Amino acid sequence: MRPFHRRFGRYTGWLEPAEAALIADLVDQVRQLLADRSTETPADPLAELTGMTVGPSSKPTDPAVARLLPDFHADDAELSAGLRVLHEPDLIASKQAAAVALLDSLPRAGGQVRLDEDQASSWIAALNDIRLALGVRLEITDDDELPPGVEDPESPQAAMFHTYRWLSAVQDSLVTALLGPH
Amino acid sequence: MTAPAPEKTEVVEPDTAAEVPWVTIVWNDPVNLMSYVTLVFQKLLGHPKSKAEKLMLDVHNKGRATVSIGPREKMEADVAKLQAAGLWATMAKDS
Repeated sequence: MRPFHRRFGRYTGWLEPAEAALIADLVDQVRQLLADRSTETPADPLAELTGMTVGPSSKPTDPAVARLLPDFHADDAELSAGLRVLHEPDLIASKQAAAVALLDSLPRAGGQVRLDEDQASSWIAALNDIRLALGVRLEITDDDELPPGVEDPESPQAAMFHTYRWLSAVQDSLVTALLGPH
Repeated sequence: MTAPAPEKTEVVEPDTAAEVPWVTIVWNDPVNLMSYVTLVFQKLLGHPKSKAEKLMLDVHNKGRATVSIGPREKMEADVAKLQAAGLWATMAKDS
């Protein structure tokens, strides 16, 4: 990976073939999690008549999906349920759109990545969703402590944590380029 | 010639429920990058850089920060935007 830089109004970086394949694979996994959640939505005949898409009222059971789609209120479960029905379909659609925009602008065989402002915004949101899901799977609960099981370099946790930290670096370099002088 | 019937004077109770402002709260989490949270506050909430950085540090150091205040519908929209970006955002009635 070569970090992102802003040049002539575009954000350019560079990915190894294996890195591009890894990002594509992880984006697909998050898309699948969200797609599975969409199918949990109970069919509502009235909503179908009016063309409204309504979401489920209950929190996702998978903690990674629950982190991607949090409650709207910290203590008021009833209000959260009502707002979830109303907003969850749009939230999922927005996350899926960012994921698709990333995949559309990702050189699948690796090489230069060249993004406009909108594509860069989609990339940082989609990369963030991957990191949120990985963070739950890795049980990252503290800003400064290592998650459990990563001390053994041969463990799957160590490999996943390595990926997580690499994605953090990719995302941070793109965010830094976006925050920089225009 | 006729005179209009005197209008009934209704005592309009102020709709206090509608007037109590709501707030959007962002909670600290160990995954979101400090740089990313700052960018999201600037881009999605329109805060200037200095305010965005201050709010980001409040989230980081104090565990949470109130990032916007206004009518309930507006806060609902802000929470949805921030959650779409992956921040852990909730809304509450201002106290």
